[in-house]
Amino acid sequence: MNDTTTGRTERADVAIVGAGPAGLAAAVAAAESGAAVVLVDAAAQPGGQFWRHRPEGIVQERDGRGHHGWKTYLDLRARFDAGRERGQITYLPGLQVWMAEKDDAGFTLRTTPTVAGPVGGPAVAARRLILSPGGYDRQLPVPGWDLPGVMAAGGIQAFLKGNGSLPGRRFVIAGTGPFLLPVAAGIAEAGGQVVAVLESSSPAAWLPHLGAAAGVPEKALEGAEYAAVFARHRIPYRTRNVVTEVLGSGSRGSSRVTAVRSAKVDAKGKVRPGTERGYADVDVVGFGWGFTPQMELPLSLGAETRLDADGSLVGVVNERQESSVPGLFLAGEVTGVGGAKLAVLEGLAAGAAAAVRDDAARAAPGLHAMARHRRFAEAMHRAHPVPAGWQEWLTPATVVCRCEEVTAGQITEAREMLEARDARTIKSFTRAGMGWCQGRVCGFAAACLGQGPAAPPSAESLSSAARRPLAAPVGIGELAALEPSDS
Amino acid sequence: MSTKAQRGAGGPAAAEQPGSPQETVTISFDGRPLTAAPGQSIGSALVAQGIVAWRSTRKGARPRGLFCGIGICFDCLLTVDGATNQRACLVEVCEGMQIEGSCTPDDGSRA
Amino acid sequence: MNQTSDVIIIGAGVIGAATAYFATQQGLTVTVLDKGLPASGTSSACEGNILVSDKELGPELELTRYSLGVWHGDLAEHKKLWEFESKGGIIVASRESSLTSLERVMAAQASYGVVVEKLDPDALRQAEPNITPDALGGASYPEDCQVQPMLVAAHLVRLATEAGARFVADTAVTGFLRAGKRVTGVTTTRGDFAAGAVVNCTGTWAGELAALAGVDVPVLPRRGFVMVTEPLPPMVHHKVYAAEYIDNVGSSDAGLQASPVVEGTPSGSILIGSTRERVGFDRTVSIDALRLLAQNATALFPFLAEVKAIRHYHGFRPYCPDHLPVIGHDERAPGLWHAAGHEGAGIGLSAGTGKLLAQALAGMTPDLDVSPFTPARFGEQARNTSHREEATA
Ligand SMILES: Cc1cc2nc3c(=O)[nH]c(=O)nc-3n(C[C@H](O)[C@H](O)[C@H](O)COP(=O)(O)OP(=O)(O)OC[C@H]3O[C@@H](n4cnc5c(N)ncnc54)[C@H](O)[C@@H]3O)c2cc1C
Ligand SMILES: Cc1cc2nc3c(=O)[nH]c(=O)nc-3n(C[C@H](O)[C@H](O)[C@H](O)COP(=O)(O)OP(=O)(O)OC[C@H]3O[C@@H](n4cnc5c(N)ncnc54)[C@H](O)[C@@H]3O)c2cc1C
Ligand code: FES
Repeated sequence: MNDTTTGRTERADVAIVGAGPAGLAAAVAAAESGAAVVLVDAAAQPGGQFWRHRPEGIVQERDGRGHHGWKTYLDLRARFDAGRERGQITYLPGLQVWMAEKDDAGFTLRTTPTVAGPVGGPAVAARRLILSPGGYDRQLPVPGWDLPGVMAAGGIQAFLKGNGSLPGRRFVIAGTGPFLLPVAAGIAEAGGQVVAVLESSSPAAWLPHLGAAAGVPEKALEGAEYAAVFARHRIPYRTRNVVTEVLGSGSRGSSRVTAVRSAKVDAKGKVRPGTERGYADVDVVGFGWGFTPQMELPLSLGAETRLDADGSLVGVVNERQESSVPGLFLAGEVTGVGGAKLAVLEGLAAGAAAAVRDDAARAAPGLHAMARHRRFAEAMHRAHPVPAGWQEWLTPATVVCRCEEVTAGQITEAREMLEARDARTIKSFTRAGMGWCQGRVCGFAAACLGQGPAAPPSAESLSSAARRPLAAPVGIGELAALEPSDS
Repeated sequence: MSTKAQRGAGGPAAAEQPGSPQETVTISFDGRPLTAAPGQSIGSALVAQGIVAWRSTRKGARPRGLFCGIGICFDCLLTVDGATNQRACLVEVCEGMQIEGSCTPDDGSRA
Repeated sequence: MNQTSDVIIIGAGVIGAATAYFATQQGLTVTVLDKGLPASGTSSACEGNILVSDKELGPELELTRYSLGVWHGDLAEHKKLWEFESKGGIIVASRESSLTSLERVMAAQASYGVVVEKLDPDALRQAEPNITPDALGGASYPEDCQVQPMLVAAHLVRLATEAGARFVADTAVTGFLRAGKRVTGVTTTRGDFAAGAVVNCTGTWAGELAALAGVDVPVLPRRGFVMVTEPLPPMVHHKVYAAEYIDNVGSSDAGLQASPVVEGTPSGSILIGSTRERVGFDRTVSIDALRLLAQNATALFPFLAEVKAIRHYHGFRPYCPDHLPVIGHDERAPGLWHAAGHEGAGIGLSAGTGKLLAQALAGMTPDLDVSPFTPARFGEQARNTSHREEATA
């Protein structure tokens, strides 16, 4: 491995992980406050999930069709590019951080290429670290959810934004939360047919939270926009409805999605008998039950966590976005799922705070706006809970861990026979969460199944599911080529 | 593990054109040539040809293709120019790319 | 006061679980207490090898042999529950000097009855086709086998409870009930429990527990990292390790040591173990540990350089300064028993330890003399704390 860059170290005042709305804003704010910044991002170009766009070398998306807040992106991007030109921002795309370390001098990040390449990744060393790694769609297993053609709702959105095409023709979008709306609208506007959007919650769940929502008028506008798209494309939006089974055809090895069974549920997610119906000729099903923030890097550095209103484990931060670990700042989904606007505000605050050399607290800009967005997000979370009764939709044969093919029956057996009541013990006994994705996809569900149907999973159980000593797979050859540490 | 699959920060050099690019690239999937649009991910190129599964699971030989779409789930793994375990949702196609799936041979999903 | 039992077992790792299983088999009423769930300590952060290949002549080898007999005998009917596999171990020498020392060790082991077979380079390549071309030869140990340790602990606890034992989770022992010198039970975060005998099976925490009873049992943590690869088709067929491993096992050096121990698992992942270092209970991931593991593993199996690690974990081996476990009644605190300090061999030794201790608890003479493991070897009276300081030094 002579051509490896594993031995190289990039140094800066502030290191940032993630070039989504939060990370991009943080880089801009830190650089504009005079700091030298290194930003590492797994993707090939900036934008994160929300502003994912087609490869810039091939398609220039000047008008931002299909995007929200594109003006904000263009503004941040221009300032980001200016920072790079000034030599203040070093941008390292296409690299995944697989480990973060803290010592007296600050933080060190270890990186590895996202896509196989001839070189390893450099290390990044900085006094301050801002983690804005975002999140991914939260999933609940259901019979048939591992058939080809079933995707994460956000995955469909990412497919569309990244490729400018759709992964199928006829879609059913299901789960809960306002995010199902832009996914369905995006599909329809791109020429796909949305057979139905099935929302497990109900509009009535909204009423108690209207007050909080009123503080964020732009959300109301967005909602009206989606309503218009739904009307134009005649997309049925069915509340208190869930997918109870995804059906496929074809021999075992070549089966794929062909249809969906659904049912109405009560407020607890219990299926109402006699309300079952089918949707035929479906080739893509998109599931989204909110988002799971990527907590492995904050956890590995010892950041304090809490349970958010949506039941996700998130990092605790102060007004400057600083975590319980001095010098470690968190911004975006990792402090609580709250949308791209909030992520930008948090990024700006974190970037400015991290760039300040003396620790004298400086009131973060945008505190009021952040508070409004957080209230709105909390209202959304409360209106769109994971239905308590979801475990009853499973059969013992339903695969829960897609990587290791661990079934719901195996997990409940481990709970009932072997006292496996948290995600860690379930993993030890059944291998759920031990495969390639390291429990990213099944971790929440496994924690729920360990707890049993009566209560949501505890912070301890979720945090045991979210601990991943390697934040990304890394080549053993790359590890062997690491420089010995000085001590 | 080296491969031509590396996608640089700016993507492969290509004529800048607004809207959809006109040109196509040719890739091969399990030895069979396929046409794709430059800038597409491998996953999207395969799905566009009706190929929705290119891997089978170790235990149940269940077919797998795209799921999370963003590099999280590792369901979409395949071999690109000899580099194993690449994520089809993340790697961009380029001219002449050789792609191999790992479906168990008798399951017909590659047909 | 919770109900009284003949025996209280503190700790539901493999050692406590095996002791509970065999004690109920002896007809004793048993209560198992753990501060967490079954297998929440070192037994869930290790590898599951049952090894004779790394043992030297002495009491530990005797206990290993006895334990192997229990795995194949008393526990044979449950093999499937914990994925018992007779996979065999192979030691590889890649230098002339290590080949010479390996041959010396083999000869000694053969003389006291360990089944060992010399492998010339061809035979070695037949057994492990992907081994380094540098390998000069090796030794094969067909008796070495493997279990899934978390399942061992969990199922032994379950089998014990089905036979009448009581398991109480999330209950930390905070002190001992005494009648004069005699230990008559424990105080816990969930009330008091009384018993005729209390067994300390708390692994790395055994020293802390003993201190609560005012006795010195110098069990210290020795950290070990293990790296886990992506799932692969079978590439490594045995537990394969390098000849230097034997030297590290018996060493008391505090510095970081790693010798390659590479094994395939039924799940397809390859485990790359394991480092040994004395850093107290420090959980900070050590980049040097990962680098050493990677370097050693790729030296043994070059193909691994192209393979991805998907996770790593670490555990704290419970060890005593003389590298022997502590098994038996503690005369210094009558009523208190210990079964702890099994270091890097607790999984393999659990079956034998549990059976022997259960015999002693039932008032029988154990099948094997456990006096070499007596707690009395740590001196008469009050504990001294110097070991603890040493551990963090
Ligand atoms: C698939 C998906 C699609 C979405 N689409 C929409 C949408 O259309 N509309 C909407 O309102 N909301 C959408 N969301 C929600 C939206 O992403 C968030 O509200 C917002 O983007 C959060 O911004 P962020 O900066 O916190 O994280 P993100 O935008 O997720 O950015 C995080 C960045 O960090 C990188 N990263 C993560 N871990 C590492 C690591 N270890 N090393 C290096 N880089 C790393 C990621 O690759 C990513 O580029 C989507 C979410 C997902 C998961
Ligand atoms: C990296 C590594 C690799 C290893 N590989 C092997 C191998 O291949 N083969 C092998 O044989 N051995 C191996 N070992 C060693 C083996 O793991 C240990 O010897 C064994 O697990 C010890 O078991 P135990 O039951 O004594 O301790 P533990 O499993 O730690 O159990 C102790 C239990 O006591 C409980 N406890 C502690 N304090 C209290 C309290 N106050 N109140 C109530 N409960 C309490 C804990 O919660 C825990 O469940 C390895 C160890 C490591 C670290
Ligand atoms: S689809 Fe999940 S990693 Fe590619």
